[in-house]
Amino acid sequence: MKFLAARRRSPIVASALLIGALAVVGLGYAAVGSVQPAQAAVGTETQVEAGRQLYLEGCSSCHGLEAQGTGNAPTLVGVGAAAVSFQVGTGRMPLAAPGAQAPGNMPTYTDEEVAALAAYIATLAPGPAIPSAEQLDYADADIALGGELFRINCAQCHQAAGQGGALTQGKYAPNLMESTPQHIYEAMLTGPQSMPVFSDAQLTVEDKQAIIAYVRTLQTEASPGGLTLGKFGPVTEGVFLATAAFGALIAAAVWIGIKAR
Amino acid sequence: MTTSSPIEQAGGATATYVDKRLGSNKFLSRNLAKVFPDHWSFMLGEIALYSFIVVLLTGVFLTLFFKPSMLEVVYDGSYVPLQGVKMSEAYASSLDISFDVRGGLLLRQMHHWGALIFVAAMAVHMFRVFFTGAFRKPREFNWLIGVGLTVLALGAGFSGYSLPDDLLSGTGLQIARGIMQATPVIGTWMAFLLFGGEFPGTSFIPMLYSVHILLIPGLILALVTVHLMLVWVQKHTQFPGPGRTNDNVVGYPLMPVYMAKAGGFFFVVFGIIALIGGLVTINPIWVFGPFTPDQVSAGSQPDWYIGFLDGALRIMPNWETVIFGWTISWNIMIPAMIMPGILFTAIALYPFIESWVTGDKREHNLLDRPRNAPTRTGIGVMSIVFYCLLWVGGANDIIAVAFDLSINAITWFLRVAIFVLPPIAFVVTKRACLGLQRRDREKLLHGFESGRVLRLPHGEFIEVHQPLSPKDLAVITSKTDIVPLPAPERTDADGVRNKLYRIQALRHRLSTFFYGDNVPKPSAAEIEAGQHHAAHDAAIEAPLHDYEDADQIHTFHGGVLHHPGMEETNAQQIADRSHD
Repeated sequence: MKFLAARRRSPIVASALLIGALAVVGLGYAAVGSVQPAQAAVGTETQVEAGRQLYLEGCSSCHGLEAQGTGNAPTLVGVGAAAVSFQVGTGRMPLAAPGAQAPGNMPTYTDEEVAALAAYIATLAPGPAIPSAEQLDYADADIALGGELFRINCAQCHQAAGQGGALTQGKYAPNLMESTPQHIYEAMLTGPQSMPVFSDAQLTVEDKQAIIAYVRTLQTEASPGGLTLGKFGPVTEGVFLATAAFGALIAAAVWIGIKAR
Repeated sequence: MTTSSPIEQAGGATATYVDKRLGSNKFLSRNLAKVFPDHWSFMLGEIALYSFIVVLLTGVFLTLFFKPSMLEVVYDGSYVPLQGVKMSEAYASSLDISFDVRGGLLLRQMHHWGALIFVAAMAVHMFRVFFTGAFRKPREFNWLIGVGLTVLALGAGFSGYSLPDDLLSGTGLQIARGIMQATPVIGTWMAFLLFGGEFPGTSFIPMLYSVHILLIPGLILALVTVHLMLVWVQKHTQFPGPGRTNDNVVGYPLMPVYMAKAGGFFFVVFGIIALIGGLVTINPIWVFGPFTPDQVSAGSQPDWYIGFLDGALRIMPNWETVIFGWTISWNIMIPAMIMPGILFTAIALYPFIESWVTGDKREHNLLDRPRNAPTRTGIGVMSIVFYCLLWVGGANDIIAVAFDLSINAITWFLRVAIFVLPPIAFVVTKRACLGLQRRDREKLLHGFESGRVLRLPHGEFIEVHQPLSPKDLAVITSKTDIVPLPAPERTDADGVRNKLYRIQALRHRLSTFFYGDNVPKPSAAEIEAGQHHAAHDAAIEAPLHDYEDADQIHTFHGGVLHHPGMEETNAQQIADRSHD
């Protein structure tokens, strides 16, 4: 102690402390940041056990005690962690009420609970894993390619601007304006509800990243033309025309008509 | 004549200078004083004219930068999400107009909004002309020109919608080609001829460009000129009012009143279109992307004026007949060719049908109040309901998403509603009109209910009825009572068979349908009798002469106002009562 106390005011102490603190924070972050997806993909034994408990409490009444499926709900054997992460993480599951399809909602479970459930389901049979941070990194993706892929593969249901569209019998392709990259990736991987599966053979990881980059552009880009009217196209334009635009013109006509008297 | 101000002197000198060369003074003095009647609804056609001018001006600007070419290019403009994408030159130049031409997006949006307003103003103008009977003799030809202009406007709009070659444009053209192909026998050949081969080809958009910027605007300009000349020559119709007859025009002169009003209104319309064009996105082609036949977006709709056709296509059941290997596509022919064919033919011929049915061959310069032609008003509302239901059909997927409905449920609702709701709308409208006619009759007989309740000395409560103002009186009495055509005889007095019996019987039935329920205007004798009757009743029930102030209330017997000539006004009555 005497050794340290004596050198307390040495000029190199400040630098040494700073480097030490940075090393702790940096290494700590790296450890946490890289470990978490791996955890979700593989899952520790305790996590799997916690997931099983959550499953039995919240899911088994419909999906069955062994996740084998019942008359009310499909089997979850082999759907993979990605499907659980999407369905539970977007609040679609647990289902509030039977309907044409499960609507997105406020998630019922915390992120840890979702990870635990995903880890448990992943142990039942092999299935698509939750995408890694690397797979979700769309920073270098080709937005123009993403746009083309989006228009070919996604726009016929989700609409060219990602505003969603109607399917048959009350089903629908949801609006993508609030979707996170992870959920978009998982949806392509697992094909929830009416959506087809886009495996890596159909859309490579780079393609998926490009699509995510394009959807992010749609979500964030400013509208060069002014008010967007919901980007629904001619229907909302027509509604605006019939109400605001024509209302203003008629008001002007009435005003000029009254002035003459 | 002395001219005082230098401005007048300069004006006079200029007019003389021009007149000596063109002889224009006589023409101007005759026409600048022309009188037009005044009503806000007479300006709906002006909205159409002015928005057309805005569309022409902005359209000229767009032609400077648009390239109607299907040549494939790689986009290298400033919109990042499309950089490096292969597209037609038409689409690339539309993107350049939107992002790289100064003011281009503003003018493109003004052009598109102006076009939507143009067609909408024509439609609403047509409603005004229809519901007020302004299409009657001598203005049937102008109605026909108006219908022609409407069809041309639809063509102008659709060809413009198809030009930028974005995903929506191409989807629209694909449907148009499908409709062409559904024509029996010649459909396939017609489509090949126009598209120069398989869809989409490279020849249609350049052709459409000439149609859009040259042919259709030229025809519209020519027809608008004739349309306005006819209004000028035949004079504008007017609503009934004091001093307004079938043979005069009450209003203000063109110079200076309508010059100022119409000129001002032009700038108002221009301003509104510019404001909307600057503030509200229309047709964001960069979002839809370039057209390729293997792509389509959910929620692909045409602009509003084609929406009814799209809706008809969407709700039509999938009926096809195969005859000797030839497919007859009823699923496309009925909604996209037969329905609009019947609709526009019926609209065009309506003035002639109505005058044949009613036998009304008189000239009409005084407008009808819609209630006084209940069957016509009912037919109009019925058609609007029919059209609006088709609109709903055209927007069925957007409505399904927005209101959480099943698209199948909407479609089935419409398949039933398209036959059920329009007749209900007809009956409800006709009954409402007849109710209003009855109300008018009551007003003529008893004056209007003032809402003022009086208590008579013997305890009875009455509501004071007041005489109509001269304006109301003129408006209500403008109604002309038309009697349905009489039922024809099978044989005449000499027993000769009436060869025209069947057609005359049909006319009799239709004419009864038109005018049979009419509530006749009370005659002068009836008005008199109604008042005497009420006075008599009141006198029996309330021997008012027993009261010393009976003279104060003598006008309010029996719940009705009756006094000779009905000229006492509300104010006078109040003044009378406050004397004591």
